[in-house]
Amino acid sequence: MHGLVTSLATVDSSWIQFDWSNLFQNFWPATFDGMTFGAIYALVALGYTLVYGVLNLINFAHSEVFISGAYAVVFTLSALGFGPNPPHLSLIAIIGDLLLACIAAMIVSAIVALIVERVAYKPLRDRGAPRLAYLISAIGASFAIQYIFFNWRSSNAEPAVIMFNPKPIFDVFGTIIDSQQLTIVIAAIVMMVATDQFIRRTRLGRGIRAVAQDPDTATLMGVNKERIIMSTFVIGGILAGAGALFYVMKVPSGVIYNGGFILGIKAFTAAVLGGIGNIRGALLGGLLLGMIGNYGQYLLGDAQWTDVVSFIVLVLVLMVRPEGILGSNLAKVRA
Amino acid sequence: MALLELNSISVHYGRIQALHEMSIHVDEGEIVSLIGANGAGKTTTMRAIAGLLGLSAGSIQFDGGDVSKTKAHLRVIRGMSLAPEGRGIFPAMTVLENLDMGAFARKDKSSMDADFARVFDLFPRLKERSKQAGGTLSGGEQQMLAIGRALMAHPKLLLLDEPSMGLAPQFIRQIFRIVKEVNEQGTTVLLVEQNANQALKLAHRAYVLETGHITREGSGAEVAADPAVRAAYLGA
Ligand SMILES: Nc1ncnc2c1ncn2[C@@H]1O[C@H](COP(=O)(O)OP(=O)(O)OP(=O)(O)O)[C@@H](O)[C@H]1O
Ligand SMILES: [Mg+2]
Repeated sequence: MHGLVTSLATVDSSWIQFDWSNLFQNFWPATFDGMTFGAIYALVALGYTLVYGVLNLINFAHSEVFISGAYAVVFTLSALGFGPNPPHLSLIAIIGDLLLACIAAMIVSAIVALIVERVAYKPLRDRGAPRLAYLISAIGASFAIQYIFFNWRSSNAEPAVIMFNPKPIFDVFGTIIDSQQLTIVIAAIVMMVATDQFIRRTRLGRGIRAVAQDPDTATLMGVNKERIIMSTFVIGGILAGAGALFYVMKVPSGVIYNGGFILGIKAFTAAVLGGIGNIRGALLGGLLLGMIGNYGQYLLGDAQWTDVVSFIVLVLVLMVRPEGILGSNLAKVRA
Repeated sequence: MALLELNSISVHYGRIQALHEMSIHVDEGEIVSLIGANGAGKTTTMRAIAGLLGLSAGSIQFDGGDVSKTKAHLRVIRGMSLAPEGRGIFPAMTVLENLDMGAFARKDKSSMDADFARVFDLFPRLKERSKQAGGTLSGGEQQMLAIGRALMAHPKLLLLDEPSMGLAPQFIRQIFRIVKEVNEQGTTVLLVEQNANQALKLAHRAYVLETGHITREGSGAEVAADPAVRAAYLGA
């Protein structure tokens, strides 16, 4: 009896330890690498946020929209001769191939997003179904897509596709920033700014904002609500496809049928953290969550903690500030 | 010639019937007022005309065609425009953006400037406030914006659902004067009002709606002179 208690206590004391010096020593690498993951979360988070803004609905099948894009990236690059070793290609050729993979992922993710909307949500909308029905339908769609991939690819992870070896570019506070981190963060930010401007400045963007603010009145203005809803899913899918390219760039091996789940929840957390429905909030939430997860990993000494920390963040935000940091939603976006 | 014709339309909310085989028509160039008490079905009528509510029976003819099955956003393109009850201003959009939304469906962007000028001419206040968020306008200003926005679609038929609701008397007079002016410029108007007195004075013709049934119709003056109408709606 006594021995058991002691051994439990031993397990207990080694189970969780705060290694502050590890965190401080690795603070800048943790920050920059966290931003890289965060940029990917942010791109996927936009899909949750845009759909929520227009339909007040959390599209839990968005994680499968993302993983479909990741499969598209892996298949395209494998077909182009990429594999476990970085290719011997010129820079231009690599960029061309990555663009091709990106476009393939965007198309596949957009199509999957559109199918989810038409099959899982549109029939419910036509019937004026209660809120809970959408949630259940979302979960059903999510499992359906996962098991389509399962039946096709079995439970094995896809082989690695290495796109290029990261090269050091410059150093900040003694920490090397490499070409991969730079590519991901810059490309993601450019895409998010473009999305933000698109929503603010274009005719379709105005239609999206109008439906988000008042769907009936938007219809009275001649806005085709159904088309706006479809466009929103397509835009979210395109961004998830881009996110999928960067995700595979960062984590080249292990794309698997249920691999969207964790990333999806993190992206959703990022969206909630920044303020769901808020485009700029998704960027902020994504970057913050990426960094927080990495700090948790160094503080607690194991990569597994990244996920735990992320979910604790989700629960805390929902408890303390459910409207998120930037708080507002798509309906309040001003031009 | 009838621009709008409702032929025995019925509308249900679930199993509750809100409109009972209702027939009205609005001729080109007219102002027609539809008056009735709270819950009579006035808003239901307007939403059915605009296409936000489906019919359970009957048909709607507009501008020479059957629009009963036409989607709401396409009816706008056909030439009708509703300033809804409660105004429906987009709160986060500026006055200018709200007006822009009114012209969302238009293809003839070149003649839009003329409509902006017309709206600012009718409502100089909107021009002063053009950069202000719609949600921060006063009730009267929001009503002006709702009407101005409906005019930006350059409609053949302007549908107004209780434009005087919640407004001070001088605002109400101004709104009614503007409705008259818009009509004189060539726009046909269907006006829903509880403010029966002024709505009947303004109207060429009028209908009285009671719990989903049309109970009286005639020229504005005839309906206003009807003893039952006077007792029920004009406080006389
Ligand atoms: N969404 C709805 N669901 C169920 N019943 C409704 C709905 N909207 C309206 N009704 C009912 O239909 C009837 C007509 O309502 P409507 O809004 O058309 O009246 P109204 O004449 O516009 O009244 P008011 O002058 O108060 O605006 C009312 O009895 C109302 O309770
Ligand atoms: Mg009403």
